[in-house]
Amino acid sequence: MSSATLTASAVNNAARRGSALGRRLLVISAWLVFLLFLVLPLFVVLTEALKQGVGVFFTSIFEPDAISALKLTLLAVGIAVPLNLLFGVAAAWCVSKYEFRGKSILVTLIDLPFSVSPVIAGLIYVLLFGAQGFFGPWLREHDIQIIFALPGIVLATLFVTVPFVARELIPLMQEQGTQEEEAARLLGANGWQMFWHVTLPNIKWGLIYGVVLCTARAMGEFGAVSVVSGHIRGYTNTLPLHVEILYNEYNHVAAFSVASLLLLLALLILLLKQWSESRINHLKARAGEE
Amino acid sequence: MSRRTSPVIPGFGLTLGYTLVYLSLLVLIPLGAMFVHAAQLTWEQFWTIISSPRVLAALKLSFGTAFLAAVINGVIGTLLAWVLVRYTFPGRKIIEAMIDLPFALPTAVAGIALTALYAPNGLIGQFATSLGFKIAYTPLGITLALTFVTLPFVVRTIQPVLADIPREVEEAAACLGAKPLQVARHVLLPALLPAWLTGFALAFARGVGEYGSVIFIAGNMPMKTEILPLLIMVQLDQYNYAGATAIGVLMLVVSFILLLLINLLQRRISHS
Amino acid sequence: MSIRRFALATLASTLIAGPVAAQTLLNVSYDPTRELYSEFNAAFNKHWQAQGNEAVTIQQSHGGSGKQARAVIDGLRADVVTLALAGDIDELYKLGKLIPQNWQERLPDASTPYTSTIVFLVRKGNPKGIKDWDDLVKPGVAVITPNPKTSGGARWNLLAAWAFAQQKYGSEAQAKEFVAKLYKNVPVLDTGARGSSITFVNNGIGDVLLAWENEAFLALKEEGGDNFEIVAPSLSILAEPPVSVVDANVDRKGTRKVAEAYLNYLYSDEGQRLAAKHFYRPRNQAIAKDFSEQFSDLRLVTIDADFGGWKTAQPKFFDDGGIFDQIYQAR
Repeated sequence: MSSATLTASAVNNAARRGSALGRRLLVISAWLVFLLFLVLPLFVVLTEALKQGVGVFFTSIFEPDAISALKLTLLAVGIAVPLNLLFGVAAAWCVSKYEFRGKSILVTLIDLPFSVSPVIAGLIYVLLFGAQGFFGPWLREHDIQIIFALPGIVLATLFVTVPFVARELIPLMQEQGTQEEEAARLLGANGWQMFWHVTLPNIKWGLIYGVVLCTARAMGEFGAVSVVSGHIRGYTNTLPLHVEILYNEYNHVAAFSVASLLLLLALLILLLKQWSESRINHLKARAGEE
Repeated sequence: MSRRTSPVIPGFGLTLGYTLVYLSLLVLIPLGAMFVHAAQLTWEQFWTIISSPRVLAALKLSFGTAFLAAVINGVIGTLLAWVLVRYTFPGRKIIEAMIDLPFALPTAVAGIALTALYAPNGLIGQFATSLGFKIAYTPLGITLALTFVTLPFVVRTIQPVLADIPREVEEAAACLGAKPLQVARHVLLPALLPAWLTGFALAFARGVGEYGSVIFIAGNMPMKTEILPLLIMVQLDQYNYAGATAIGVLMLVVSFILLLLINLLQRRISHS
Repeated sequence: MSIRRFALATLASTLIAGPVAAQTLLNVSYDPTRELYSEFNAAFNKHWQAQGNEAVTIQQSHGGSGKQARAVIDGLRADVVTLALAGDIDELYKLGKLIPQNWQERLPDASTPYTSTIVFLVRKGNPKGIKDWDDLVKPGVAVITPNPKTSGGARWNLLAAWAFAQQKYGSEAQAKEFVAKLYKNVPVLDTGARGSSITFVNNGIGDVLLAWENEAFLALKEEGGDNFEIVAPSLSILAEPPVSVVDANVDRKGTRKVAEAYLNYLYSDEGQRLAAKHFYRPRNQAIAKDFSEQFSDLRLVTIDADFGGWKTAQPKFFDDGGIFDQIYQAR
């Protein structure tokens, strides 16, 4: 504690006591908001899922359609996240290491998919690749199926998750500047060596953080995927779509069981995120000490 | 595209080229396709579609509830950010970690969970019913769903800024005899406002477009609880591609203008 | 990283598993037929194999009828469509040129292997005393029905109410007023028939659900008969959900033979029995008789005799600016 704070607290004892009360009130209300707003929905998902016992819960999760939905979701995530990771690194690189005209426009464009409704994200691919769309006749002639199949689902997922890795990396890389890289170059490293040995270690945790966010969003995307999925049971249903379908089949318990599977995945992602974040803070703190 | 500051570092052409190609293929050309599609309408047809009472009602609802949700988050988000940054208390780490839950949770899951909670036979819904009002299937339900979904954006933009305001400034002000409200008004507010606006803009933009969590709880009544993204879906399902694209263009343009305004406002505030 | 490895494994397994299944058949259907077709598909496969054919993988897609037709027009490669009303299948001809104009003449009974009607589902004991259509417009009665713009079932609902009002009060203007009043009592307007059932049954909204007869029976079955009962109004509409092969898709995939056999099997005794078991009214009168206990005898109007067919009814009632828009926007 600095000396200024010490004096302040000494002088203002009365105010302190008042603020201790205020502080307690604030903490309690934060807890209330947290419990009512964030925890209660989780509680509902889990209780609804376990309403008819653990047996029904596991049957719903291991049912073939649920498994194939899980596979499809992981497959879409497995394709979309690496692609957006590559994009995020490239975009962050050119935005943070160089100055050029139109940079702020580029940054806005990278952020754009965030504020586009997922439904629109689905719609635009239908307009492009649907049978009535721009490329529809050509695709049909060549027997290529994009929407209502895996490519469409991946495209929709890619669209909604474009910004996340780049958004995490840009501020981080801007903060780090270019000195270390320049030094590496002067010492004779080539471009790739510089990237692997200097840049990557510096941005590693930010990268992981971005990937975690990207994965979360990709896994849970509903609106965009719903437009391009075709809802073929066991084939083009992702997990979130499968939840909707079960919900619409009077299969309340199964819907909430699969939902709680997604919830568990979400909690796992939060853990990963927390971990990478603490690594970032740790590194920052160390950099501060040096 | 010129003026590279650091000629030593390679990869400018490669990364910029890749970024532009990727963005164009994935985002810009498809979005452009929507505008081209909408351009097949005459101005008059476009106007008839977007000025129809049903579209206007959905427009009001979508932007209204998203605005309200962003405002609510402005308050509870600030509260949470404040408590998390300033105090250590039991369970702080848990809250800190769980703030991002609405982001990590698939929106459809949030949708059915909130519906189960707020429907008239749900845990909270029952309570509301006994008090004589309804939450699910009303704009209130939509607002709540949007508040849930967009909460992390507000907290996460305010948190780092709040952490950067040195405590000493407030305490010095308090020492000089400022009352807590005065401290808030003259010290905290100006420092927080840009971040607050950013968080607000993020929450608002996301809220306007949100679909998955809302359709379960909305009730989807034309003119009453039908949100714009759903209206796009409905138009599409009636084979009305022109209508769907016209509403899509409208949504994009209005969100874009609003975000631009908020950006300008933000810039002005951080300059003064 | 293990996720990625898993994804790669999945990718590999889908690539390997892909070519093994001999033929796949995609049936794009509407909401309330899920249970019927999951059983029918298994029965058909058995029948198909018994005739010396290889097993066929039958895929199902369900959703609002209009939404499903739109997906097929946009390129969802359905081999057969089994939708809620002829108007939606007509669009496959009009917008997509995927089927010939006379598609409805290719199978018996105007390509409608089973029919249904619209009944009321009310809460146990019928606390609001709902007996007939005019009870629905009373103040304080909350009616659940989906959006006619997107749901086939909802269109049948509206037309049934219209037919009742027109017969009771005489003029079209009064029918319009009656239907407008009815929709004033609707607190939730879901996009599909199933969504409405969920709203009524699971979420406890409303006093009466206007439902497909089969949907109402299913709700009784799934949720137990303790909470709900079915009320048959004095007059309803003969709902005719038609089926068709999607010519453009089966010819491309070489699945015409199995697709046609699939639809024909709906007319077989086995198919008719399955339809009846899932609370659709079978066309086969002998089988209908076996199930006569479950279907109450209703006075039914038809779309062709009383509304001039879907070609007239669709634009008049449901297209933009039609009667539904007029009554809904006037409120």
